[in-house]
Amino acid sequence: MRPMAQIAMVMNLDKCIGCHTCSVTCKQAWTNRSGMEYVWFNNVETRPGQGYPRRYEDQEKWRGGWELNRRGALRLKAGGRLHKLAGIFSNPELPEIKDYYEPWTYDYRNLTEAPLGDDFPVARPVSQLTGKPMKIEWSSNWDDNLAGAPELAEQDPMVQRLREQASEKVKFSFEETFMFYLPRICEHCLNPSCVASCPSGAMYKRTEDGIVLVDQDRCRGWRMCVTGCPYKKVYFNHRTGKAEKCTLCYPRVEVGLPTVCSETCVGRLRYLGVMLYDADRVTAAASTADDKALYEAQLGVFLDPEDPAVRSAAEEAGIPHDWVEAARRSPVHALISKYRVALPLHPEYRTMPMVWYIPPLSPVVDALTGTGHDGEDLDNLFGAIDTLRIPLEYLAELFTAGDVGPVRASLGRLAAMRSHMRALNLGDPPDASIAASVGMSGTEIEEMYRLLAIAKYEERYVIPTAAVGDARRLEESALPDGCSLDYEGGPGMGGDGPFGQDSGRRRLPLVSVENFHVLRRRQTTDREDT
Amino acid sequence: MSTLLWGALPYIAFALLVAGLVWRHRYDKFGWTTRSSQVYESRLLNIASPAFHYGILFVLAGHLVGLFVPESWTRSLGVSEHTYHLFSLYGGTAAGVLTVLGIVLLIYRRRTNSPVFRATTVNDKLMYVVLLGAIVLGMIAKLAHTSGDGYNYRETIAPWARSLFTLRPRTELMEGVPVLYQVHAVIGMALIALVPYTRLVHMFSAPVQYLFRPYVVYRSRDPRQLGPRPPRRGWERTDA
Repeated sequence: MRPMAQIAMVMNLDKCIGCHTCSVTCKQAWTNRSGMEYVWFNNVETRPGQGYPRRYEDQEKWRGGWELNRRGALRLKAGGRLHKLAGIFSNPELPEIKDYYEPWTYDYRNLTEAPLGDDFPVARPVSQLTGKPMKIEWSSNWDDNLAGAPELAEQDPMVQRLREQASEKVKFSFEETFMFYLPRICEHCLNPSCVASCPSGAMYKRTEDGIVLVDQDRCRGWRMCVTGCPYKKVYFNHRTGKAEKCTLCYPRVEVGLPTVCSETCVGRLRYLGVMLYDADRVTAAASTADDKALYEAQLGVFLDPEDPAVRSAAEEAGIPHDWVEAARRSPVHALISKYRVALPLHPEYRTMPMVWYIPPLSPVVDALTGTGHDGEDLDNLFGAIDTLRIPLEYLAELFTAGDVGPVRASLGRLAAMRSHMRALNLGDPPDASIAASVGMSGTEIEEMYRLLAIAKYEERYVIPTAAVGDARRLEESALPDGCSLDYEGGPGMGGDGPFGQDSGRRRLPLVSVENFHVLRRRQTTDREDT
Repeated sequence: MSTLLWGALPYIAFALLVAGLVWRHRYDKFGWTTRSSQVYESRLLNIASPAFHYGILFVLAGHLVGLFVPESWTRSLGVSEHTYHLFSLYGGTAAGVLTVLGIVLLIYRRRTNSPVFRATTVNDKLMYVVLLGAIVLGMIAKLAHTSGDGYNYRETIAPWARSLFTLRPRTELMEGVPVLYQVHAVIGMALIALVPYTRLVHMFSAPVQYLFRPYVVYRSRDPRQLGPRPPRRGWERTDA
């Protein structure tokens, strides 16, 4: 057993109202630069829909993720090492900017500088690539709220796969549609195919928290990571010629703050926490022959932080004590492993993604209520989950490689929670058989309800600081007590460089870091000195 | 003049190459990239770029053999001058044609595709002029001397090139060389000097190590930044 820690996220899709606040705040924080106009580290898609970039889930075209070779071993779908190097001079599977969308701005100056005339001046859209007027034909959320669905949603790769398997049609006529929102960020996978695709070795997974990053100084712009990522969440900055991706806001996470997308989420649907996993089991789990068994296989990789053996192994592996404690309180661990309501996005890509989703029950409840039924009656709900086959199978294509079982179980638990809590709220004694029918106890259901419905900030985001047990020291300064350069073999020890003290060395930026835990402690404590 | 061109220029070019690489590596790792324009336009690039790059790699191999393998070595292998000439003529021309086709298509693409053209810097344009000049003049020099056994550069240019390594450049060997070859050599040296200061620098980051490293790379956070520092010598934990 080789325990490692990973900061993971769970999103509760039932709560997503598709407001794009996460996307906009992320864009303002991270990709508000030239060369990154078309890039959204966080985007919200309406499903069924083509997604961003268009049809990114069609891996027969884009060749992202892993596949099994004839011997049952993992290989990159875009080809092995030699294949990659031989084809390094161009990358036939690279999406063009137009597959995302052509970024544009508006000719605002014309509004004030247009000569006097009969017509009102307008601000024409101008392409940010060519600088010429353009016709806007696509964007990152062009098909929001099923806009143009009768034509566009047919191109959803998951819809097409459903069509091949089941004879019944996914309906896009107005009365029969269903939809939900899917916010997506980088999955920070346990078996990242983007990292494996990088010829320069510039991409890496951090050992402390599992965040996948691009070293901007080592990236040489070979673009293989863009192809390698099946979620298309590594982007090519066309100004600097370097790959960039979601950083899980690591500067915030390091000081105990949630990511920008989580912090600003209006629906409070995101959960952040630590997952402990066994690094020795990752490859075997990712090589599971059956696509549909990959969800269970990934569950088998996670370690239970309540297990004393796991905790001592984690301690030996150098995982700080407060990280193990955070793993025990982790809302993410509870939703994934304990209540089993969260599911991975496209486990069939074999990258072991670490941003999981609680499938939406609301289309089912809405459909029931819309037809005059009691949307919170358990029998009605159970019946509806099964008969509304299209959402269920569609969800299964997204979250479990087409296996309806886990999706049904997850929705069943959510449905049972609704019925159980309704009884409580109406003052009725809860029917114990409801909880039992989904394999949970009444208390467990109430705990799950608390986590899903009313969990406060510090219950949704359980993030141990990077500076282990040093939160106090971090209060006012990023500098530790001693000189930060004063470590073994560091410049503080070694005297001056050939051309004076700063020769050839990079200086640390001196920043004052305010962190959430310190702020809260200061504002809620009775003592004056803190 | 002869001393300047054939005695000093090679060393100046080499010094600029090395100094530029060191400078780039220390102070501008961020700018060290292919600066690919493939996200703007993929269809032409998928044909032109491999053609050019494979072509230029063969051309490079040809130059290495031609300049640094002495005539006596090939003769002792039983390769006559005539065979060598034919091999060099047809092989070199084939590689050259591939390269020229590739680069012409790439320049056409760069000029006609407006996002690509907008992303082209002055530096790129200068580099393209020198690169294209070196390639085209090389082709002309070779094809202008095809009669009989052609121009035997292995008795003049090659020994001169090798003599550079002994720090006693035999500049007199270059004096009788046809002008076309001389111009090609000078532009070639200018190109070598330019490499680290243009996007051509990406040739020095050919990712051969990819073949030998594990697929997934793990790295720790920089200990100089936040977080736990490695224990100092003498202060390690006893049970570790």
